[in-house]
Amino acid sequence: MDLLSPGSEIDGFRVGEVIHVGSMASIYRLTGSDGPLPLIIKIPRLGPGERAVNVIAFEVCKMVLGALAQSPHHPTLVAFGDLETTPYLVMEYVDGVRLNEWVERAPIAPDEIARLGSALAMALHDLHRQDVVHLDLKPTNVLYRKSGEAVIIDFGLAHHSHYPDLLAEELRFPVGNWVYMSPEQVLGVRCDPRSDIYALGGLLYELATGRVPFGNPDTRADLRRRLSRDPVPPRALVRETPPWLQEIILRCLEIDARERYASAAEVAFDLANPVQIEITERGTRERPAGWKARARRWLWARSFEPAPCPPPSTQVGPAPIVMVALGPAQTEAPLFEALRDAARRLIAADHRCRIACVTAVPPAAALSGERYEETATGRHIKQLVELRRWAKPLQLSEERLTYHVLESEKPAAALIDYATMNDVDQILIGAPRSGGPARLFPGVSAQVVAEAPCNVTVVRPRAEG
Amino acid sequence: MKLALFADIHSNLEAINACLAHAQGLGADRYAFLGDLVGYGADPVAVLDLIEEHAIKGAVVVLGNHDAAALGRPDDTLSGNAKAAIAWTQAQLRDKQRAFLEGLPLIVKDGNILFVHASAAAPEQWIYVTSLREAEESIRAGNADYVFSGHVHEQKLYYIGADGRPLPFRPVPGTPIPIAKHRQWLAIVGSAGQPRDNSNKACYALADMDRSRLTFFRVAYDHDLAAQKIRSAGLPNRLARRLERGS
Repeated sequence: MDLLSPGSEIDGFRVGEVIHVGSMASIYRLTGSDGPLPLIIKIPRLGPGERAVNVIAFEVCKMVLGALAQSPHHPTLVAFGDLETTPYLVMEYVDGVRLNEWVERAPIAPDEIARLGSALAMALHDLHRQDVVHLDLKPTNVLYRKSGEAVIIDFGLAHHSHYPDLLAEELRFPVGNWVYMSPEQVLGVRCDPRSDIYALGGLLYELATGRVPFGNPDTRADLRRRLSRDPVPPRALVRETPPWLQEIILRCLEIDARERYASAAEVAFDLANPVQIEITERGTRERPAGWKARARRWLWARSFEPAPCPPPSTQVGPAPIVMVALGPAQTEAPLFEALRDAARRLIAADHRCRIACVTAVPPAAALSGERYEETATGRHIKQLVELRRWAKPLQLSEERLTYHVLESEKPAAALIDYATMNDVDQILIGAPRSGGPARLFPGVSAQVVAEAPCNVTVVRPRAEG
Repeated sequence: MKLALFADIHSNLEAINACLAHAQGLGADRYAFLGDLVGYGADPVAVLDLIEEHAIKGAVVVLGNHDAAALGRPDDTLSGNAKAAIAWTQAQLRDKQRAFLEGLPLIVKDGNILFVHASAAAPEQWIYVTSLREAEESIRAGNADYVFSGHVHEQKLYYIGADGRPLPFRPVPGTPIPIAKHRQWLAIVGSAGQPRDNSNKACYALADMDRSRLTFFRVAYDHDLAAQKIRSAGLPNRLARRLERGS
């Protein structure tokens, strides 16, 4: 395909320099647009010698981007031309750094991986909540804005459960990047958001080790190896990989989608709270499974049935995060019990829900006491003990409980920030004590109710008598 | 052109009026009634007169198996309740309505669009298009870019992929689906007058042919009144309950 020369016009858009020439489409800057956003134009490669999938990818990209609500996590579609006349897509130019810049420097530090991975997982969750599965995550399709937010681009191979899947017909040959492709995609399943979680695991693996989990397959047989093989554990390649990171990576890379994280929000949560992760055998594994286990896996893979995929929005829901906000002085038994009752009801309603126990205390500098209990560490530990004391009677397994002591002058704002950053689904917070001096979390619950990004339940113990 | 598509109206005046009003609100300027105008419901005369008015103004209308049965053509596939309702319907119809039904074609082809009640492969056999094979046969026989039909009461869209195989899709009501002309499409628009998928909202679809967009809709209507009329007419109670429950 011939490239357009700068200055050519398409439907009134003036084409500038070429930014990217891919196998499916070429991308140019637009010049002379005086709108609020810098823009690009994407023109599919069509015509003699080009692949038929390019047409479909163009249709899909237009359909999916057109359907997505405006968000910082994907480019905004501004205009498009039809296939029958002049096919093009005009989109926001995303000013950011591509993930492959970090991949080229891999292995990189675990906290850097956690930051990049958590932002990407949040962006994925945003897509999944809108019933879109991307299905082609790779280092060149992820950008980071200066704000740290991840942007996912190129929706040409995506699946939107509200639209006919135009790519389903291409099943004879799995479309997408084979390096990060999930086992179910290899088998032609295109509707499972957990496929993106697998690809995310592949990207985290690469950032942690500098290698991709299954090499760069070039035959179908090679591609199918991931149906029966575990990847080499990251710790076997980079000794310093912390067990929590390996735990997350290998859980994302589980062969059966049901064994992976149920939602990208959970991956984001774990990456943002690594000290709270319960490390299983996955996290400490030093070598891949032995030949006996591999033989078992191989037999199992021959009859491997990928997990069924219900509509994504019903799948993303099942593991909600409930944040229980406890005031630093809210330790009376009746309130503790009332909060536990409320939490128990949520746990009963959804057996997979996770509880984040959170409190907010003034920052260390504001503490001037000399006794150990008044030092920063002492105070922190005391609060953690209180949170654990609250949670213990719930009898939940450790992997479903996390504890957080936030340090802030403004407890309500800190709680709201936490809920926003961690995509909390519901907040339980104790009511200020009626009567008596309002010394317990004064005004905090009111502000949380007013500003929280999710449902808030204000819990009040039953009055005695 | 905004083409409103209604099928399996089954003498349900409340439902078809609600769907027509909904489509008019969205700027529909052409109408197609895809068969089974009567049967099951309590308003055969009013429904047929309404549809005939549209037909006079240029709407497409095709014959369904219940309409054929109401004309006295034998149909062994009908259930006991359906037969009872047909017998009752026959007693209601006058010459005007019978003449209108007598004049209906099994299939109408208009440019690249084909209208038929059941399968375009054998319209008179009333084949239920419920599998990919039947969908493919109907699409191939239709020899059109778009086949619009009913008979099966649930909304469904089939399309031929680049490799020539049909693919099924269950539409999400209210979401406009791009239906590009370079593919072939078979849309089953769902039953306006007797929905059976556990929702009591009437089904129809609106095709914006200029923009190549097809939207399936579910429309709430006064199903209590329609059910009450069925009971008052002495028709089987099960037919009234179906409208209330949508099952």
